[in-house]
Amino acid sequence: MSLLLSLRRKEGLAKEVAALSEQNLYACYQCGKCTAACPLAFAMDEPPHQIIRFLQLGQADRAFKSDTPWACVGCLSCAGFCPKGVDLARIMEALRTLRLRKLDTPFRYTQQDGEWLSGLPQSAVVAAMRKVTW
Amino acid sequence: MVDEEKKTLAYYPGCELRTRARVLDSSARRSCESLGITLQELKDWTCCGGLVAQVKDNYMALLAPARVLLQAHRQGFKELVTLCAFCFNTLRRASYFLERHAEARRKVATFLEVETLPQVRVLHLLEVLCDRVGIDRLREAVRRPLKGLRVAPYYGCLLLRPAREISLDDPEEPVLMEKLLGALGCEVVDFSSRTDCCGSYHIVTNQGAASQCARAILHSAANANADVLTASCPVCQFNLDWSQSGNGDTAMPVVYFAQLLALALGEPMERLGFDARAAAALERSAAADKGEASREGG
Repeated sequence: MSLLLSLRRKEGLAKEVAALSEQNLYACYQCGKCTAACPLAFAMDEPPHQIIRFLQLGQADRAFKSDTPWACVGCLSCAGFCPKGVDLARIMEALRTLRLRKLDTPFRYTQQDGEWLSGLPQSAVVAAMRKVTW
Repeated sequence: MVDEEKKTLAYYPGCELRTRARVLDSSARRSCESLGITLQELKDWTCCGGLVAQVKDNYMALLAPARVLLQAHRQGFKELVTLCAFCFNTLRRASYFLERHAEARRKVATFLEVETLPQVRVLHLLEVLCDRVGIDRLREAVRRPLKGLRVAPYYGCLLLRPAREISLDDPEEPVLMEKLLGALGCEVVDFSSRTDCCGSYHIVTNQGAASQCARAILHSAANANADVLTASCPVCQFNLDWSQSGNGDTAMPVVYFAQLLALALGEPMERLGFDARAAAALERSAAADKGEASREGG
């Protein structure tokens, strides 16, 4: 019962994710291949397939609170292995994007970070700034 | 090389190849010259944008790559060759996306103040070498075969995925680098991590995670008894090198495929910017090969 109630309450967020990512969240049958293929699963607080499950079952807030989308760099190993053709990397990007649009990110870089950033490949710095800051 | 075979291709180096990865740029240009191809650098090129957005409505992220494609078109080119995997992936995907989405095309064209966006085909040098020059011609052009050098060809993600949009090679069983290195005389080793992610921009946001990804790849290459690992991406090269910076002599040398290509085509080794570790590995394998050849001869 509580699950049904929360489905009604949270489906707006999941719908936004589905629309932004252009993915059918309900195509996923939780085989876990994405998690098995993910090279960064060790750095995530929730395994990748769990994020889709939260979205399917009206627990979108848990998907939003998770650090998992920040750990995803979009290498697309998951998408390559999904037997149902779900592109999980796009779902992760949609979650990041929705959070960034609310100015919510765990990463903040200031001018003081310039020195160590200057020792890193600039394309990685540009990519990071585009993916995790606004 | 006969004159009519001389070809000029538009070339987009990108930021890395003008700074940290100059050696990738210079070795690729020299190799191409000796194969009869001139890489003509795009004039006044701008940033490719780093990475494309993977959500529906982020048109802002399309502006940088669309601008580059427009520059190529205005300078009279229908194709654009790239080397950096970030630039390649971004430009090729943006071009694919813009061709198929009228709404995005219209918005980006309005922003860039043009009537329509041109179609420019984005190529990676690997496909130019393997498909246009051809493996047979490459093999004939080799002056110094890299016999005995055990090479682990590392692709990473951006050269291969997403498969449909990139369609450079098989996303799980790629062969382009194997074919190229094989033509140079190298012994190509099979290792399981060749299409894994190096940690990408986590080198900025989560260095521990990037390092763990990179070390798994190096470990896999070392288990296959590789002498060197070849990359095509400056970020992969950095992450792989950086993650083993404290390893001294046990570290795996990480080189660009273009450095090995230029070496095999006869460029002097000292002009190719190999670091001390890579140079030592190359000399070791050359010496071992000579020893073997003299034993066979005797």
